[in-house]
Amino acid sequence: MDKRDLSMMDMGALPDNESLLSGYRVLDLTDEKGLLCGRTLGDWGADVIKVEAPGGDAARNIGPFIDDVAHPERSLFWLSTNMNKRSITLNIESEDGREIFRRLVKSSDLIVESFDPGHMDGLQLGYRDLEKLNSRIIMTSITPFGQTGPYNRFKASDMVLWALGGMMYLNGDEDRPPVQLSLPQAYFQGGLHGAMGSMMALYHREMTGEGQHVDVSIQEAVDFTVLMADETYDILGQNLVRSGGFYASVRPEPMGTLKERVIWECRDGYVSAFFRGGALGVRASAKALTSWMREEGMAGELADYNWDAYDFATMTQGERRRLEQVAADFFLTKTKKELCERAARDGIILAPVTTVKDLAESEQLRARQYWIEVNHPELGLTIPYPGAPIKPSALPWRVYRRAPLPGEHNDEIYVEELGLSREALCALRARRVI
Amino acid sequence: MGVKQVMEGVKVADFSWVGVGPTVTRALAEHGATVIRVESHRNPDSLRMAFPFKDGVPGINRSGFGAMFHTNKYGMSLDLTKPRGREVALRLIQWADVVAESYTPGTMAKFGLDYASVRRIKPEIIYYSTTQQGQTGPHAMVPGYGTQGAAAAGFCQITGWGDRPPVSVFAAYTDAVSPWYLVVVLIGALMRLRKTGKGMYIDQSQCESAIHFLEPAVLDYIVNGRIAGRMGNRHPAAVPHNAYPCRGKDRWVAIAVQTDTEWRGLCKAIGRPELAEDLRFHTFMARKENEEALDHLIGKWTSGYLAEEVMLLMQGAGVPSGVVSACQDLFEDPQLRHRNHFVRLNHKEIGPMAYRAPAYKLSRTPSRLLRPGPCLGQHNEWIYKEILGYSDDEIGDMLSEGVITTDYDAPALLRPEAPQKRE
Repeated sequence: MDKRDLSMMDMGALPDNESLLSGYRVLDLTDEKGLLCGRTLGDWGADVIKVEAPGGDAARNIGPFIDDVAHPERSLFWLSTNMNKRSITLNIESEDGREIFRRLVKSSDLIVESFDPGHMDGLQLGYRDLEKLNSRIIMTSITPFGQTGPYNRFKASDMVLWALGGMMYLNGDEDRPPVQLSLPQAYFQGGLHGAMGSMMALYHREMTGEGQHVDVSIQEAVDFTVLMADETYDILGQNLVRSGGFYASVRPEPMGTLKERVIWECRDGYVSAFFRGGALGVRASAKALTSWMREEGMAGELADYNWDAYDFATMTQGERRRLEQVAADFFLTKTKKELCERAARDGIILAPVTTVKDLAESEQLRARQYWIEVNHPELGLTIPYPGAPIKPSALPWRVYRRAPLPGEHNDEIYVEELGLSREALCALRARRVI
Repeated sequence: MGVKQVMEGVKVADFSWVGVGPTVTRALAEHGATVIRVESHRNPDSLRMAFPFKDGVPGINRSGFGAMFHTNKYGMSLDLTKPRGREVALRLIQWADVVAESYTPGTMAKFGLDYASVRRIKPEIIYYSTTQQGQTGPHAMVPGYGTQGAAAAGFCQITGWGDRPPVSVFAAYTDAVSPWYLVVVLIGALMRLRKTGKGMYIDQSQCESAIHFLEPAVLDYIVNGRIAGRMGNRHPAAVPHNAYPCRGKDRWVAIAVQTDTEWRGLCKAIGRPELAEDLRFHTFMARKENEEALDHLIGKWTSGYLAEEVMLLMQGAGVPSGVVSACQDLFEDPQLRHRNHFVRLNHKEIGPMAYRAPAYKLSRTPSRLLRPGPCLGQHNEWIYKEILGYSDDEIGDMLSEGVITTDYDAPALLRPEAPQKRE
């Protein structure tokens, strides 16, 4: 019989309550390399339990902090990456801790971890051990380079993975070293690829009842950000290089690389805009911008420019520079707001170089009711957080709970659910298990 | 192994184009879903007109950028602006579980293919729309690629140097952030469809997804009033932390020292153990204060070595370090090779090209990369006959009416008879 026959589908843990992932339980053992995975699943309604080391996870020490007061309950990094999770403290290195963990595995669907490869096996908590307790269990491991291979013992950092994944080389000014993004991205990439892999495995589990191990490489995840740079090397044999505020395209010799300006200075900051020929929409955008410049008597030599004839293959860098100078002079006379309003009206491919302040004040985000107030009673604060990353018509994204305090849900899990006595809990605490 | 693919049986009518929409359907196709790309030669995906072209010669099926987001998909050509185009599209949607689209808001409504229309004939459809700013709000109609998305969502502002203007984050960064959020929701929606038979509409603002990758900095502004700026390669809690020059042209190595142990390791690795006790550098605070001098000192040392040599020396001493890989390095990287990250597939016009395998490997049901991105309309015959059930006569009519578009409907520069600028 086909295991995938829909009528035979395993309905085990798939109640259709009020959220996309309600009824699923996730045990989150990750550090900063994987926290965003559990966060994302929790956002869609999974019961994500952050398993913290006794005393609280080290990621609570990552800044920035509320009012710049460094305290494990005030880390904005932590509050952001652990929203919609519950927290228990548990030392899985201890024998008692492992035993409690195994009991939790029996009632869970997914374990997410980011330890060095082999660490969970060493604790006899590897996938092979846990699938014996619960054949439906899925384990997602998020590590810098994956579980096996020549780099699997290498030490990494966010920037190191950004470098080894190919994205660092492609960013920055030509006359200075390649740059990272000033807010680390590689671990967040790893977290989201972990979430995708987990969902893929969950879908399979619902169809067949089978669990499995999901092995995520953050280095590989980063490589997805270089987009067509890989293909450029692969089919043309040329390495793209960083080019500051320009978009660089490779052409066969003798034309060579063409640099087209993307970042333009305006009256009160910068905007990102295409000003080139090519695809229908891109041409239309250049025409709309040119006609605006004409209206204001600033089109200069571009007044009659034929954007339909803009030929990427034969455009020289000198011609390109002349054409850009006209636009650069025009942009300097406008504010970001003026440019964006006209862009929206006329279909100009342009966006402001937005600061976090601009985001907080964005009328678009406000109109879409993006911000969502989250109450932190113990801090006496209500903080508006970035809201739904996606808006489905049913089973919406939601804030179920603010990020937890260390071990905030120990009672709920250990006493109410596992039935441990309070005396036992006290003893385990004294032994640094909880 | 004979293991079935995770998404086998899932059917997708993919009207989406450019980056984000197609990346999402690719994830399903890599795991066995049947994804049919609907395109028109008359207004082709702009990435079909974007470099890199095979041999540098433009052509509607010659762009690597135009193929890379479409692993394992099937291609059909159809002009949705023709009345009969809609009829064909609706027949495809009847077949499908998922409709994907990423046009400017209102475009699918113009074709009579918006969610409200589709739902009437197929209530259980899962239908997603993805655009830079979402379907509603004053900026909904703003056009833009991920290049602009990266600026609009706040990434350009924090990339580059404090004393310089922002740089454009390479290529189109939000195109490699927002799809992941949508894949998660789409699989969730498919799970629900299987269980309840219910569909849904999904509206993605790519900006609203991507902002979550800046969330700590956004909260830092909201709570503390701090506006994140550009820090080059500095890190608030790690030093040294930079890209250092190495032997060769434009060769660099990244080194990130996060602990005192790693710092001592670095000093030993560069043959200067006494630096560990040097008062300028012996503590984190001292190193931060003298970071420029320290960077200079390390850079002088790294300049004498290959980037690969520095990486191995540092790793040998327990210091996080990695080559700042150019694309060539990625293809030669032993770890990526070990992971079979690049899978070479033979495209009809481009020839062999590497397609990326997912960064997540499923132990029982791994992805299988079988087919390259399709040529425009490559699978017309199979799709029109076998999937949609049209007769040869009907297909002939649609060809002559221009409902089924062909290479000769493509923009002049991309047509087969276009003058070829070969070297």
